[in-house]
Amino acid sequence: MSLLEVRSIDARHGLLAAVRAVSLHLEPGERLAIVGANGAGKTTLLRTIAGAHASASGRIVFDGIDISAIPAHRRAALGIALVPEGRRLFASMTVEENLLVARACGRQGPWNIDTVLEAFPQLKPRRKARAGTLSGGEQQATAIGRALMTNPRVLLLDEVSLGLSPLAVDRVYASLQALIRAGTSIVLVEQDLKRAMESSDRIVCMLEGRIVAEGRSGEITRETILQTYFGARTIDALAGGNGAGT
Amino acid sequence: MIWIGQILQGTLLGGYYALLACGLSFLFGVMRIINLAHGSLVVVSAFLLWMLAEHAGLHPFLGLLAVMPAMALLGWLLQRLVLDRSIRAGELVPILSTFGLAIVIDNSLFSGFGAGTRSLAPYLDTLAYGSWDLGSDLTVGQLPVVILAAAILLLGGLHALLRFTELGRRIRAVAEDPDTARLIGINTRAVFAIAAAISMVTVAIAGLALGARSTFDPYAGPLQLIFAFEAVVIGGMGSLWGTLLGGITLGIAQCIGAQLNPQGFLIGGHAVFLVVLIVRQAGFPDWLLRLRAQTGKTA
Repeated sequence: MSLLEVRSIDARHGLLAAVRAVSLHLEPGERLAIVGANGAGKTTLLRTIAGAHASASGRIVFDGIDISAIPAHRRAALGIALVPEGRRLFASMTVEENLLVARACGRQGPWNIDTVLEAFPQLKPRRKARAGTLSGGEQQATAIGRALMTNPRVLLLDEVSLGLSPLAVDRVYASLQALIRAGTSIVLVEQDLKRAMESSDRIVCMLEGRIVAEGRSGEITRETILQTYFGARTIDALAGGNGAGT
Repeated sequence: MIWIGQILQGTLLGGYYALLACGLSFLFGVMRIINLAHGSLVVVSAFLLWMLAEHAGLHPFLGLLAVMPAMALLGWLLQRLVLDRSIRAGELVPILSTFGLAIVIDNSLFSGFGAGTRSLAPYLDTLAYGSWDLGSDLTVGQLPVVILAAAILLLGGLHALLRFTELGRRIRAVAEDPDTARLIGINTRAVFAIAAAISMVTVAIAGLALGARSTFDPYAGPLQLIFAFEAVVIGGMGSLWGTLLGGITLGIAQCIGAQLNPQGFLIGGHAVFLVVLIVRQAGFPDWLLRLRAQTGKTA
């Protein structure tokens, strides 16, 4: 049985259908990357799984439990944690307070403030600093650490490299290895295709709210993903013009 | 010496305004709701204390031990039945619903107790009228000093709750970003209900202060709301220590106004309130911004 199953989920922003009949599954310990152009519905899909966005139809089953109607805080208690796009830290609180407050859901597990600071050593000297004063990389590490403090079984990472320097991205991805070793299942939304392919076992590609390609990371080619990334018609048009080397 | 006396009396009066405004400021800081029934709820707790003193012979300080949990329960119900529903309908709806609630409370009190005024002072022995002589023609009432001390203790307690406890961290997280707070497992509805309950506990204490220092009647609520609102606005919406500063500023302004002209008590306070509003629109001077940042914010 899959750890997480999304069955024909639809999600809307007003009249706009952002996610259309999306189905996917995640096995225990698996790393799934979701790629796609801006506006493809990746963030909405993650937020819908986490309960931050209401689904219009379809079902989400987590560990055999239908969680479609369960509020976000109870999904966190069951073991689903989202690291939102833009980090969304509590800026007036210190790094330590941001981490400690995430113990609210009460899940027991390997992650506590000491293990999180071990996984993200760059946060140790910044422990008492207000989150609003941190660098982008430190903020992202705090956001991931905060999600880990809920001891999740599934970690949903939304654009962790967005707005970070290449060095900061390297550090964040290096720290993610600790999660992978701990066996946490990960759903990763990433614009950087190379990173997505390196950091996942399987990739799904979304276009205009739908999944248009799917495959094992070692099997699916970069060209296939790029073609679906922008839509086959767009790629064809580009190939007929000034080339499709994107 | 007259002016020093007025500033001293104004500072002590400010303690009462800070106590009165504490719950209003706290609720706004956490839920971003302006509770227009705040003054009427203060009067409700004053009436509850008066009933316990009059009919059960309970000293108001002992009565407070019964009224505080009752008001906390009322706050919890207020959040679940009124605020939680109205907050989802838009920013204006909680203002309208609490305004309606204030009208219902005022008229229910009038229906139950009539138009007569009451006071808790007769049940407080010498505390109600006792004073200390500071020399140089300066005296301070014992009750205003106790009220100012209570305000400082209450605000300090709330500050400590928010800063050093697990519940406080959750309240601050919800106040800052309720959507993200939900994602890390915080039940925001429960936190809002707790915040409303805490706010109503402060209302119970303010009710004791109101009844102890003056008379009250069923329609005393709106005036108390105005004083509380002015203190909160002067001190900075949602700032706990700013509320103390706002209350003291309002009290001093009223006392100086009264010294200048017998009709100047209310006008002095309103004038400072208006000046602060105008300055806020035009922008703060840098030194005031720094001072405000140092006093700390609840949200």
